[in-house]
Amino acid sequence: MAPRVSLFVTCLVDQLFPRVGLAMAEVLERLGYQVEFPEAQTCCGQPAFNSGYRGEARAVGRHFLKAFRDAECIVCPSGSCASMVRHHYAEIFHKDPEALAEAGKVAPRVHEFSEFLVRVAGREEVGARFEGVVTYHDSCHALREMGLREEPRRLLRAVRGLELREMDIAEECCGFGGTFSVKFEDVSVAMLGTKIDAIRRTGAEAVVSADSSCLMQIRGGLERAGLPVRALHLAEVLAGV
Amino acid sequence: MPSREHILHRVRTALSRSAGQPAAPAPEAWLRPISMDPDQRLRLLLERFSGQAVRAGSPQEALEQVRRLVAGRQAVASPAPLLERLGILALPEVVPASGSVEEVRRICAAADIGITSAEYALADTGALVALAGPQESRLASLLPPVHVTVLETDRILSGLDELFTRLPDPGAVSSSLVLIGGPSRTADIEQILTLGVHGPREIHLVVLEKAS
Amino acid sequence: MSEAFHHRIQEALLDERLQAALYAATGRLMDKRRSGVTAQQLPDYQQLRTHAHRIKQHTLENLDYYLELVERRVAERGGRVVWCRDGSEAQSFISGLARDRGVRLAVKSKSMTSEEIGLNEALEHRGIEPVETDLGEFIIQLAGQKPYHIVAPAMHKTRQQVADLFERKLGVPREEEIEKQTMIARTVLRQKFLAAGMGISGANFVIAESGAVVVVENEGNARLATSSPPIHVAVAGIEKLLPRAADLAVFLQLLGRSATGQPLTSYTSFLSGPRRAGELDGPDEFYLVLLDNGRSRILADREKRQTLYCIRCGACLNICPVFRRIGGYSYPGAYSGPIGAILTPQTLGLNHEPELPFASSLCGACAEVCPVKIEIPQMLLALRGEVKKAEARERRWNPEKLGFRIWAWAMQRPRLYELAGLATSALLEVDLPGPLRAWGRGRELPAAPARSFRQLWRARPRSG
Repeated sequence: MAPRVSLFVTCLVDQLFPRVGLAMAEVLERLGYQVEFPEAQTCCGQPAFNSGYRGEARAVGRHFLKAFRDAECIVCPSGSCASMVRHHYAEIFHKDPEALAEAGKVAPRVHEFSEFLVRVAGREEVGARFEGVVTYHDSCHALREMGLREEPRRLLRAVRGLELREMDIAEECCGFGGTFSVKFEDVSVAMLGTKIDAIRRTGAEAVVSADSSCLMQIRGGLERAGLPVRALHLAEVLAGV
Repeated sequence: MPSREHILHRVRTALSRSAGQPAAPAPEAWLRPISMDPDQRLRLLLERFSGQAVRAGSPQEALEQVRRLVAGRQAVASPAPLLERLGILALPEVVPASGSVEEVRRICAAADIGITSAEYALADTGALVALAGPQESRLASLLPPVHVTVLETDRILSGLDELFTRLPDPGAVSSSLVLIGGPSRTADIEQILTLGVHGPREIHLVVLEKAS
Repeated sequence: MSEAFHHRIQEALLDERLQAALYAATGRLMDKRRSGVTAQQLPDYQQLRTHAHRIKQHTLENLDYYLELVERRVAERGGRVVWCRDGSEAQSFISGLARDRGVRLAVKSKSMTSEEIGLNEALEHRGIEPVETDLGEFIIQLAGQKPYHIVAPAMHKTRQQVADLFERKLGVPREEEIEKQTMIARTVLRQKFLAAGMGISGANFVIAESGAVVVVENEGNARLATSSPPIHVAVAGIEKLLPRAADLAVFLQLLGRSATGQPLTSYTSFLSGPRRAGELDGPDEFYLVLLDNGRSRILADREKRQTLYCIRCGACLNICPVFRRIGGYSYPGAYSGPIGAILTPQTLGLNHEPELPFASSLCGACAEVCPVKIEIPQMLLALRGEVKKAEARERRWNPEKLGFRIWAWAMQRPRLYELAGLATSALLEVDLPGPLRAWGRGRELPAAPARSFRQLWRARPRSG
């Protein structure tokens, strides 16, 4: 019986970047996992939480806990969403003992995609091929809240044909930050500009990140600047785009 | 309510503590004195001192080094026993930092060079430990644009950890302990480094090997 | 209110020269810090941070004990502790003391705390001339501005601007060479040091067991201000306390390296009281002004108490991608950068600038470099929650709140969620005011996919 994993695709991927979810599923299946998609899932509640609306975040969070109650192993293509569940649910549910207990059970079962591949599946080489020079952008939550610096890089280096070229400010924030990107749009765009310049300096054909929100921001900047650099999710590269 | 009581009350309320309640045991201070033999201490100090450092094999050599540095300029020297013993206070250009507080200030302000001893030096950072006292002036190492320190090798400690192990309460012995890590510096304008903005721009160290 | 905030930000972003200077200066400080905390330089760096956090935690959790201890020790050593509830009490005491002693001129070394309480204006008001002696502070005092950065107050000034200032305000011939400008300042300020009747300093740390203030600097102006005038007044927030001198072994390392990459600065002064009997020089009188000014209120908040652990190193400013663009003057209050963003709402109130906690992408770089491990992003999130809760309590109409209400309602109903998703895709094609337009100003909008993930998943051929 093939080991099962449940996809937590995130609302952003579901609605705007579905190919990322499919790519993630393809890679997992290639590694021998049976992939499930709990249809009741919607969102983890992070947008509301980050904007200060804890009541709304709780309501959506409870729905998440219900949707994934029976999932043994949950894989997510976003460090920020995985971190929301793993680190922040305890905070928002601290006055709701039932939800708190549920959250405590789910937390260790949620994994960010690269974390799952390297630390749980124990794989770096996943049968992927990608011809070209690629640079990697560390998404802040994956890097700092989930501690994932090496894992995505190891996965990329194991891709046949791929040359990984580090940008000088890989760890600097792209400027997305959720509603920050529109509330402080001018600062967000200024931060994005610095990142785009760094990407350009690498001469890479593609910039890869493990979070679709960063990619949305970066792609938006690349396109506005007219740069022919592709912005790809790690899953898309590993699925062999 | 006087402010003292007001503030203490607010603090206690914030912490749910009561008046007179002792403190919980403090985490141990992190002191890890590095063990270093005397040769290592001297070598590191000479290497890491942020200025010109020379070793003197004898009291005569030490005096000669200082005389060379003074070179006819107006100097002030702390009336320290070491400096006295070496004959530095007897040099013609040297005026001792003594008299009233105003006089000491005046002498130091007028001098081109300040000569002091130091209580200790720290090998790992090359810093000097200046302790104010009846024979050590605060201003002699601060007002003149050039500062010369004379120190014997048995005063070299491995670092801050050893200093605070030896001297857990500097306030018990002096109103002022200053760690001198280098010349006076600033990079406040366009981040460009300049020396001697307020204190000495040039510092020297003469280390006298203490016969054991 | 928030318009002013956004306006200041916009001004900063449009100033190309400022952007370049700010990015370069903070970048340099960041690099220095990085080279100061490498595995070779400081192998125990992470443990030292944890230890420092614990010492601060312990001190603040027993603060009343340590405050009384420091008061006793200071008195034993010939000085006096003056307790001040707020800025105006501190102003009153200091100016009162100055008037009483006939002080007309006071020299000051760098003190963000004195900036926080507007001490200079208060002194001037009462006929006492306060002269800032830290070179950067001296420059901005001449310019009539507030410090730009905790550690580098004149970060935003060019040598040409300094030349202008010196020419205009000091009446000296115009000089653009930095070395010479520094010497001009030295000469002018030397006279002040020697003539001043009072020296006012801050305190990086206050050592309870010793009744001492510790002042860390590179210039020597703090040494001069605390050694030459007959009176020394040290102004410190009550959170500056540390239990023992031995604790400095850790804190000096962390402060120096985090601020400028230096293991030790040029001068670290450990000052416990006035000149002792027989000492050759030093002040006749020593006062330690312990300031509350809202700190006891922060102390009461268990979650946000750690805001008070800050040792004012400036590392969070240097690494913050937001600060590096909006600069020190965009922030309200005396403190800028990530620490300012959590401190100011707690001291001046959430309403002072309700958008301040939101002016962050929550990247977490600040928490990574904080030598005392303050969880700044966590504090920002907590403050955001409080801002929205306050708005709800005041029943303030807020389209955003309504939006999130509806959103949360839809997110709990998968069918509605799917419909909402379709609507979003459709919306992306239309030019509507609001967030999408704000996004579109500087970036291309994402393209709407033909089908959502779940639609594609359902349509996926099932194998075996």
